[in-house]
Amino acid sequence: MFVRWSAAVAAAILLSSPVLLQGARAADKLIDPQIAHIAYTAGVIDINAAKQAQKKAKNKDVKAFADDMLRDHEAVNEQALALVKKLNVTPEDNDTSKALSKQASDKLAELDKLDGAAFDKAYVANEVAYHKTVNGALETQLIPSASNPELKSLLQTGLKIFQGHQQHAEHVAAELK
Amino acid sequence: MMSGRLASIALAAAVLSMSVPAHAATIEITMENLVISPAEMLAKVGDTVTWINRDVFAHTATAKNGDFDVTLPPKTSATSVLKKAGVVDYYCRYHPNMKATLNIEP
Repeated sequence: MFVRWSAAVAAAILLSSPVLLQGARAADKLIDPQIAHIAYTAGVIDINAAKQAQKKAKNKDVKAFADDMLRDHEAVNEQALALVKKLNVTPEDNDTSKALSKQASDKLAELDKLDGAAFDKAYVANEVAYHKTVNGALETQLIPSASNPELKSLLQTGLKIFQGHQQHAEHVAAELK
Repeated sequence: MMSGRLASIALAAAVLSMSVPAHAATIEITMENLVISPAEMLAKVGDTVTWINRDVFAHTATAKNGDFDVTLPPKTSATSVLKKAGVVDYYCRYHPNMKATLNIEP
């Protein structure tokens, strides 16, 4: 019952608001294996988005941005994998990860229908929104909930890097106008 | 005793060379955990900056006024010689939240 309710809340929040995960805090008490799973999933989502953009983007700044995203998110996820191995933690799938993945695959399908400048604009706009969302989740939910200090510290590094990506994406978006 | 004396001579020599303006110095600026340190640095024209990237991410040191643009792959360092005086704000192009200032005196 509780699980279903929190899944519904997570889905509702993901669908309705740009601050996706913030409201889920009260409903979900996340444990480290789930936090690790969410953080890793969030990285994979942006890697997939970048791979799509590498194939479809036309603008050179957008292409370069996609390269940067791929490189950084792969580096973060490599560190995340090394850490869970070291801590002997098995990442645990959960409603937030599932909702994130579902939303991301819908977005990939939506962007896949676009081409040229329309794709470039939509990809970068989504990158701004997506990084904002993940940063909100890191700040209000994932970092405060993490108990292991090494996991917390990796999430804090992640927050700084994603904040950088958000600013970078905003800059690219402004150039496209 | 001997080594102590040698050390103090070395120290004196180091202090002396720092206070002679004609001698160009090498300064180190480090990028670690998405932070540039020191965030503000005093330097002189002719000084060499050693940029050290300790992160597993690539960074750049990009001057807002276009005076320099150094790319630093993960876990690498690079050097550049300061050629022009001025207060130069610089940032990382990949992570524009990484910002710092070089105050380059003539």
